[in-house]
Amino acid sequence: MKNIDQLERATEARLDALRDEAARNGQVQTAGIKPSGSPLPQSRAEEGYYGNPLLKPPVWTWQVPLYFFAGGVAGAAANIAFVAHALGRDPSLVRMALWIALSGAVASAPLLIADLGRPSRFLNMLRVFKLRSPMSVGAWTLAVFSSAVGLAVVCQETVLRGYTNDVLLALRWVAEAAGALTGLVLLSYTSVLLAVSAIPVWSENRQLLPLHFVASALGASAGILELLGFLNPATNGMAFVAAAVETCLAVSIEMRGRPVDAPVREGRVGWLIRAAGTLTGPLPLLLRIFFARTFGVRRVASVCFILGGLLSRYAWIAAGRVSARDSKILFDLQRGKT
Amino acid sequence: MPISAFLTDPSVCIGCKACEVACKEWNQIPDDGFEWYGQSYDNTHALGASTWRHVLFLEQKQPMGSQLAGTDEPFRWQFLSDVCKHCANAGCLEACPTGAIVRTEIGSVYVQPDVCNGCGYCIVSCPFGVIDRRSTEGLAFKCTFCYDRQAAGLMPACAKACPTQSIQFGEINDLRQRAKTRVEQLQQRGYEDAQVYDPQQTSVGGIHAFFVILGKPEEYNFPPAPQVPTIHLKTAWTYALASAAALLLVVCGAFFL
Ligand code: SF4
Repeated sequence: MKNIDQLERATEARLDALRDEAARNGQVQTAGIKPSGSPLPQSRAEEGYYGNPLLKPPVWTWQVPLYFFAGGVAGAAANIAFVAHALGRDPSLVRMALWIALSGAVASAPLLIADLGRPSRFLNMLRVFKLRSPMSVGAWTLAVFSSAVGLAVVCQETVLRGYTNDVLLALRWVAEAAGALTGLVLLSYTSVLLAVSAIPVWSENRQLLPLHFVASALGASAGILELLGFLNPATNGMAFVAAAVETCLAVSIEMRGRPVDAPVREGRVGWLIRAAGTLTGPLPLLLRIFFARTFGVRRVASVCFILGGLLSRYAWIAAGRVSARDSKILFDLQRGKT
Repeated sequence: MPISAFLTDPSVCIGCKACEVACKEWNQIPDDGFEWYGQSYDNTHALGASTWRHVLFLEQKQPMGSQLAGTDEPFRWQFLSDVCKHCANAGCLEACPTGAIVRTEIGSVYVQPDVCNGCGYCIVSCPFGVIDRRSTEGLAFKCTFCYDRQAAGLMPACAKACPTQSIQFGEINDLRQRAKTRVEQLQQRGYEDAQVYDPQQTSVGGIHAFFVILGKPEEYNFPPAPQVPTIHLKTAWTYALASAAALLLVVCGAFFL
């Protein structure tokens, strides 16, 4: 415990430091004080209370965007595995996609838990099921998805080792289907999580974010398969569609010119979004159009897309932090001025 | 149980911060830094995990009713004690995945500290920027509406400590009526821009801690038309599931290439 004496000294010291800074620069950076000219800082209505942020920024750390990515890849991979299996395509592709889905699921849980303020209480996530809370839906989806793809992998490996019977085969189908179905929710719910929030740049992109997250999940999943040697027309096709969608989205962010999108167009975060958009959009798209038959170039396109997908998840969270700081845009939005 | 409410009336607030202190003492909230923001006499800056009452000190170049400021330029100095709004449709409560945030029998929104796991989703879901995570405990905290005191038949600590009755506590309909009367009174006395801040027309559906304010809500960092984020559930899920279905189609199609 600090005693009063120490506190007082600390406060005085802080005051002295502020006075020093004011004398030196005519302005105090951290608190926005302008002692020169006006002794009284004035609050102006358009900026809110002394221009202080109205909203709280997200507290999420780097684990969350990484989880968004891993969950997206896993969900898409489970669908690729299921469809390939159902259509009777290359069994080694089915096997690899299932393993990717399982790896993504296994990586997701620790990331999600590490971000909690109280990691030891992660099981409280499964205390209730709330359809109205995307976070709750997501936690349950991840739990069911992980179990399903885990079971699917176990069944598959058992079958591949020659132990097989009807029950096992049926179980494998059920597990794969359940993995695919919950995978569809897993790869898309993270966009809902952001869209259903008070942060303007997220909620005002409630139509764009789902498309973006889904396309990004598909492209990254196909890209990982390509890097693992499955350079077939199917993976190329998926990656191509994903890159095409991403190109459209990147262009639309630039073209719309809405003030609420300032965080994703301006400043450091704006450039991150732009870089991510280029890496997942036009760059792999062009590479795949002109070098569809060159495996080396397709691998490069895959690497670009994967990096871009990671970067974009990170940048969208960072954009939320910027958006929370800008009360002026929030006021204009709520007043219907934009 | 009757529904409790706060009516905070800055027109009689003297900026003594007794509410902030009483709140800290009763709820045993740790300090949150001793910063000087240079924003008038405000040294708590904003509501947060460890600031559940925050007295705003608003210095503006504006006249205040017919008051004489004694300055060359028009000038007004106002104080307002901000608090969690205990929304009728609360974003934090809807977002909470653990069920830690509940609606109590007195109508308030309460965070159960033994259930919260610090996921942080309530923080981005509060349209008023109230709730936050305290780094030492890793849990979300905000005004409890002195749930413990009210259960024992006592009024919240801030209302009890307020020497001017700027913070009034009571049954919600009584207080809404009192707020209306007070606004009429103020308007008659020449404070023409007096109004009640209680967004009942938006999806938040009214708040249980409302204010009598002079001028626009923005001046107090109140959102002019707050919305509970769950109004976006339908659009977001529709787009998400439609996009996911499209993904499944693309995957199917790709295998016929
Ligand atoms: S003001 Fe924020 S923290 Fe308080 S009840 Fe409403 S949403 Fe929850």
